Amino acid sequence: MTQYLLSVIHDWDALGDTTPEEMQEMFEATGRFNEEIEASGHWVFGGGLEHPSTATVVDGAKGANVVSDGPYLEAKEHLGGFWVIEAADLDEAIELGRRASAACARAVEVRPFQSE
Amino acid sequence: MTQYLLSVIHAPGLPHLTEDEIQQSFVDTGAFNDEIVASGHFVFAGGLEPVTAASVVDNTQGANVITDGPYVETKEALGGFWVIEAADLDEARAIAARGSFACKNIVEVRPFQGVVELEGARA
Amino acid sequence: MTGSPSEPGPADLSARITEIVRTEHGRVVATLIRRLGDIDLAEDAAAEALLTALERWPGDGIPPNPGAWLTRTAGNKAIDRIRRESKRDAKHAEATMLMDAHQNDGPHEDTGPVTDDRLRLVFTCCHPALALDNRVALTLRLLGGLTVAEIANAFLVPETTMAQRITRSKQKIKAAKIPYRVPREEDLLTRLGGVMTVLYLIFNEGYLASSGTGVRVDLCTEAIRLTRQLTGLIEDPELGGLLALMLLTEARREARFVDGALVTLEHQDRSQWDPTLIDEGHTLVRRCLAINRPGPYQLQAAINAVHTDALDVSMTDWSQIVQLYDQLLVVQPSPVVELNRAVAVAELDGPEVALAITERLDLSTYHPWHVTRAELLRRLGRTGDATAAYDDALALVENQAERTHLLRRRDSL
Repeated sequence: MTQYLLSVIHDWDALGDTTPEEMQEMFEATGRFNEEIEASGHWVFGGGLEHPSTATVVDGAKGANVVSDGPYLEAKEHLGGFWVIEAADLDEAIELGRRASAACARAVEVRPFQSE
Repeated sequence: MTQYLLSVIHAPGLPHLTEDEIQQSFVDTGAFNDEIVASGHFVFAGGLEPVTAASVVDNTQGANVITDGPYVETKEALGGFWVIEAADLDEARAIAARGSFACKNIVEVRPFQGVVELEGARA
Repeated sequence: MTGSPSEPGPADLSARITEIVRTEHGRVVATLIRRLGDIDLAEDAAAEALLTALERWPGDGIPPNPGAWLTRTAGNKAIDRIRRESKRDAKHAEATMLMDAHQNDGPHEDTGPVTDDRLRLVFTCCHPALALDNRVALTLRLLGGLTVAEIANAFLVPETTMAQRITRSKQKIKAAKIPYRVPREEDLLTRLGGVMTVLYLIFNEGYLASSGTGVRVDLCTEAIRLTRQLTGLIEDPELGGLLALMLLTEARREARFVDGALVTLEHQDRSQWDPTLIDEGHTLVRRCLAINRPGPYQLQAAINAVHTDALDVSMTDWSQIVQLYDQLLVVQPSPVVELNRAVAVAELDGPEVALAITERLDLSTYHPWHVTRAELLRRLGRTGDATAAYDDALALVENQAERTHLLRRRDSL
């Protein structure tokens, strides 16, 4: 089995375009998807992130421990949340990504973790 | 307790590491992982394959479009991450600083909104 | 082959060996990938086996089953290499495991209806998670047995670019674990559609670029070869339709260019069309359409079959062509199809009706739209408008043979 990261990347400023009803529907569909993949044994981790402006950057690489207000990348689109799932191969991971994408109404990036 | 995402960002312009330094960073990162497991902060950790191994699935309209490559093409890329549990941002930041020093990369700290609590998932 | 009545000369032999390599490469590599679980290792072993063949066959003669010979030789080379390598234990264990897995293969192992290794390779090379350009490159490299240099030359890109595409694809297959198998029955049709897109793209690249330079590897021939092989492995009317479409297009190749200028269908010397390819194409079209699951490739092939049925352009059954375009619009609605239909409508209902249809289409960045307008305006005697339309088309066309043709048409107004 391989672990895959299913990340949801979106434009946070465009969230206002979503109606409360649509938002509710997304939450419910995503909740159902979570329960399904937990039951099927694919679920490893899942979570939705706070707004990118809540991020802090830590550069302790040189031991100096420089901290700055984030996010690191000033991009239009940011990671909104993700799942870590376990799948046999890319086809199975894509199938889970397809269901995840339908549930949260966003495109989902599927990227493998390095195996141990 | 709040969960935080500690993203390891592979940014251009970082000092080049020798093969020995790279090996040392693996050892240090392993030791850091062991420490945060022991202290109860660890939730998840993983190193990712290069972005070239990524695919994008867009099934929002039910059309199930699959494309090659990362969703956003940038110079900086997510190389891997930890998910940790910490009392507040100061604790998360302190842990992130140790992680950053161990793996020799910049680390971004960002809180999760809420955590998906599933019956039995943590069993 | 030793002792055959006419000994082939070295040039013949080398041509035959090239032909065998092109035909057998996919099978050899496909089998080795399954056994070894490693594309690079399989590729290198196949290349070594090919070198051995080039050394030995001229003296020993071509073995009766060259494919089996190449697979066996390449398998031995791979095992030698595994033994030499320092990581021998891990890799060897892996190889053994995969071979064992193969030997224990029950029918349950294959989720798809066919078990040929080449099918696994086709679906891996044409996986939707790979970029289209990369799928094309990988298919020609692994299944077609073309060298990186040949593929780069065929697509007019630097060799390093092409090498990068292929390396990147292989890395992704490995890192992301793109499975080496035939898709499940319920996914097969969709995935086969993706494979056909790759094959047709290879064909079109060859077809559109074939302006008689003669130095590029013949992509049309490669596309037909790969499609023909695939029709032997998997039964699908659309796949048959695709092969027929390629054959009927290829049949007209000789007549498409005269002295470096493009010759359009209605002006082609039909005695130069290849009757063998036309016969095969017609037979395929009839067989596929009888299954009664018409799709875009079958309908386009059928349209080409009607054209190639006419000994002279005046004998073309335009009403049948319009009907086929109507059907095509149902399964594949697109302004390009509407434009092609308009060309046929012009023959049936006159240029005025056709022009009205053409003007409604939003295709101003597509040069055939300007060409069609130019031809229709010409027939309506609107010389000034026609000249302007030829100029608009010329501004978008880079192919030299087509430019020559359009300049002549414009200047003959």
